Amino acid sequence: MDAMSREPVFHTSGLTKIYDQGEVEVRALRGVDLDLYAGELVVMLGASGSGKSTLLNILGGLDVPTGGDVRYRNVDLSKANDRELTRYRRDHVGFVFQFYNLIPSLTARENVAAVTEIARSPMTPEEALDLVGLKDRMDHFPAQLSGGEQQRVAIARAVAKRPDVLLCDEPTGALDSTTGILVLAALEKANQETGTTTVIITHNASIAGMGDRVITLSDGNISGEQRNTRRQDPHSLSW
Amino acid sequence: MSMFASVLNTKLRRELWQMRGQVFAIALVIAGGVAVCVMSLLNYSSLSATRAQYYEQYRFAEVFVGLKRAPAHVLEEVASVPGVGAVSARVEGGAKLDIPGFDDPVSAHLVSLPKSGQPDVNRIFVREGRLPASGRSREVALIGSFAEAHGLGPGDRFDAIINGRQQMLTVSGVVESPEFIYVIPPGGMLPDFKRYGVLWMNEEGLGAAMDMKGAFNSLVLQVQSGYPVASVIDALDRLLDRYGAAGAFGREDQFSHRFLTDELSQLKTMATVFPLIFMSVAMFLLNVVITRLISTQRDIIAVLKAFGYSNRDIAAHYSQLVLAIAVLGLVLGLLIGFWLGHGLGEMYMQYYRFPRLLFRINPWWIALLAGITLLVAWLGGWRAIRQAAMLPPAEAMRPEGPAKFRITLAEKLLSGIRFSQPSRMIVRQTMRRPVRTLFSMLGVAMATGIIMVGNFQFDSVTLMVHAQFARVQQQDLSAALIDPVNSAVLFGMSRQPGIRYAEGRRTVSARLVSEHREWRTAITGIPREARLQHIIDANLEPVPLPERGLLLTDFLARKLAVSPGDRLDIEILEGDRRWITTTVAGVTSEFIGVGAYMSLDGLNRALGDGPLVNQILMNVDPARADSVYRELRETPKVLGIAIRQAMLDSFYETLAKTFLTFTFFSSLLGGVIAFGVIYNTVRISLAEKGRELASLRVLGYTHNEIAHILLGEMAVLLVLGIPLGWLIGDGLAILLITAMQTELYRVPLIVTAQTLGISAAAVVLSAVASGVIAWWRLRNLDLVAVLKTRE
Repeated sequence: MDAMSREPVFHTSGLTKIYDQGEVEVRALRGVDLDLYAGELVVMLGASGSGKSTLLNILGGLDVPTGGDVRYRNVDLSKANDRELTRYRRDHVGFVFQFYNLIPSLTARENVAAVTEIARSPMTPEEALDLVGLKDRMDHFPAQLSGGEQQRVAIARAVAKRPDVLLCDEPTGALDSTTGILVLAALEKANQETGTTTVIITHNASIAGMGDRVITLSDGNISGEQRNTRRQDPHSLSW
Repeated sequence: MSMFASVLNTKLRRELWQMRGQVFAIALVIAGGVAVCVMSLLNYSSLSATRAQYYEQYRFAEVFVGLKRAPAHVLEEVASVPGVGAVSARVEGGAKLDIPGFDDPVSAHLVSLPKSGQPDVNRIFVREGRLPASGRSREVALIGSFAEAHGLGPGDRFDAIINGRQQMLTVSGVVESPEFIYVIPPGGMLPDFKRYGVLWMNEEGLGAAMDMKGAFNSLVLQVQSGYPVASVIDALDRLLDRYGAAGAFGREDQFSHRFLTDELSQLKTMATVFPLIFMSVAMFLLNVVITRLISTQRDIIAVLKAFGYSNRDIAAHYSQLVLAIAVLGLVLGLLIGFWLGHGLGEMYMQYYRFPRLLFRINPWWIALLAGITLLVAWLGGWRAIRQAAMLPPAEAMRPEGPAKFRITLAEKLLSGIRFSQPSRMIVRQTMRRPVRTLFSMLGVAMATGIIMVGNFQFDSVTLMVHAQFARVQQQDLSAALIDPVNSAVLFGMSRQPGIRYAEGRRTVSARLVSEHREWRTAITGIPREARLQHIIDANLEPVPLPERGLLLTDFLARKLAVSPGDRLDIEILEGDRRWITTTVAGVTSEFIGVGAYMSLDGLNRALGDGPLVNQILMNVDPARADSVYRELRETPKVLGIAIRQAMLDSFYETLAKTFLTFTFFSSLLGGVIAFGVIYNTVRISLAEKGRELASLRVLGYTHNEIAHILLGEMAVLLVLGIPLGWLIGDGLAILLITAMQTELYRVPLIVTAQTLGISAAAVVLSAVASGVIAWWRLRNLDLVAVLKTRE
């Protein structure tokens, strides 16, 4: 209710994305209208090919829409050029990837530092790693960490810059459920403690319970939206 | 199996096309090696074959004798010496020419032709016009180089002074002879087509002019097969001694033949050393590229194996990939090599006077080269191919785990410095795979070295010129006299208008003998107070003339295996042909030519003569140089004149030009290789780090910031590789100049800061060009794809 009364952080209207693959046109998004509000945790559900990743990429400034509007606060992302998008990602967005995408040549602490060094008012790498419960593994290289640990480093890296929005693309996709829950707990904690708008996209409906809102995409359109009255503790989830 | 193979072929074709930039760069490296090899081999075998055919068709003599004067009937005695085949008796002499429109002094060597026209030995190739007609004693045939230099042809006329008498000569034709393939003025070391030529006249004309009617002063002959040349030489020496023979000698001491042989052996050296360097670099590159390529195809290999492809099929598939690249390089290299070889051959023809150049190359050599190239390429990729074939399918299915890194020693040592994370990535990347880093560094070093090898020779030639024309020969002009004169004439000469200073020297031809080794050369007697002629050591410092004994060029001392203090026997090939015994007083190190030096009075004493000189060196007033030339031309006792500036010009026009052209082509190909190495290093590194860099882009790094990470590693390789390359280049240069020492010249090793700079600059430029390509590619990194794929 609170959220609804605030100004949205993201606002999209009639958002379309068409991939022109030679003879075939793929309409990944077919006119998405969506508002995301400060501080909320949104779970975006959808099957493979539903357009959820495309939407996330556009919100994250990795891609521009073919048609429609996407605004981040006062910034019109649909017309931004590469330099502006880079600036936007650098200052406002935190990413968590399905396959972690850590830099193998840097330790956990240094992977976080790679982002804090270019951010405007970051936390220290130590604080960020403490937040995801990896304070004692800071000087390990990715090769010395388990998958779940690597993903938590990635979360620490994403939140360390104090982003305005945290975008997570299938963050548990490569993990077993026990480890996945630890990662989700870390995301939940980061959202609670930093108040960052968080979007988790997944095809795993069991995760839906931990969000403030659950948005379902199919065939490039929002097919359903559900508001949870109470966010479920990730530890109570299972799949 | 056959269907599998066709599918794999399609895969191969597409992948080759996909990697076309890299494929082309590696192919260029191979092509560079092949091209240098073909270029040198083509020239070597073309010149060898051309010479052999020319010698055969035009019956090039095997034994040569110069004498004072022998009556014509002696020829019958000569012909009856066992082993003597075809023989020609001739009159030879010198002339000074006055070519219309050319003021410099011009001298010529004259050779007589028999009444029948063509001699039996050393036959003449008529390029244009005809040989002098019998009975036309004023007709001459000109050697092609001289005719071309002055634009002379049949019907043209000029004045000549032969044996002190002036006569007008008419050109009957332009010709070539196997005896004068390489034409150099007597006493000189370098061709000078404008100021020195060879002329043929008929017997009556030249015999009359030289006061040699019914006599001859030169014999050339062939030896019947089965007879050793040495025994014929001995018999001729005994027979002709009383006619003032200067000793018969074989082809190996014949000027033109000797220099051509030197040149051929030099080409052979280049044909082995250069390609060896180029090929090893190419092999190394293939290794790196193929290893990388195969590691990106782990999952494909696994799937193929799961489908039932055998280890052998996989090995064959990747071998084909390697060989396809090698074949491309080979074909390119053959084309470039033949093209450059033809160009170079045409240039050689300008100063090697063959009737025509036969472009010949043994097809087996090409086959061998092709075989070696393919083998080398395959060996280069072998390690990677084997790894692919041996990869267990289950393991291949799994992604390679995150690469293992450590905190490097360098960081620990430099703990005071705060590394940025990108800098850390660069340092750890270079240290994680020290072997690969070392190899990449070696690649950069080899590229630097190859360019240096091509380049240092420009400086060497400059040093040669400086040493020869600023240190050794300080005269403006030297005049060779027909017979020695008393050095008192010098006082008179110095007072001539236009002559500022004159000094003399004496040269005699001689045979130096040490045990079984011998060498025909000239001994030069230099006055103690000489101002215009200096003998220099390896540091270009003047070597004082010894009180007694002989100074030898280091090259000659090595040939004779003597060192200072050793005894040397000398046969003087003039006058009474006396033997003298002396000691080697020291060695000198001129870069051009080979010589033996004594003090003038020492030489004259040894010859039992008074203060005689037969060469006069002069400094002249440039404003009056022309009148000095004219005066000397009209002086009967003067045989010929050499002008320093003309020698310098001719040096650059002929020797330096061919030499430097070869060098230029080589460094050009070196540059191609350098670019190939560096472009590949950058591309491989881009392929390896694509995902990492894209991730950083997603995290908000700018295009330039990630370019820094990619190119920073390149910079580290350059900083480490270039100095190492200088060392390698220096080593290769030493190897090359040692292999290329000839009697004609020894290229000095001199590596200037400029050479180092040029080689570094060429490598850095290649790196910048590759960097720009990489930078441009980084623009197009697919940021979305990277999120979705695991490595």
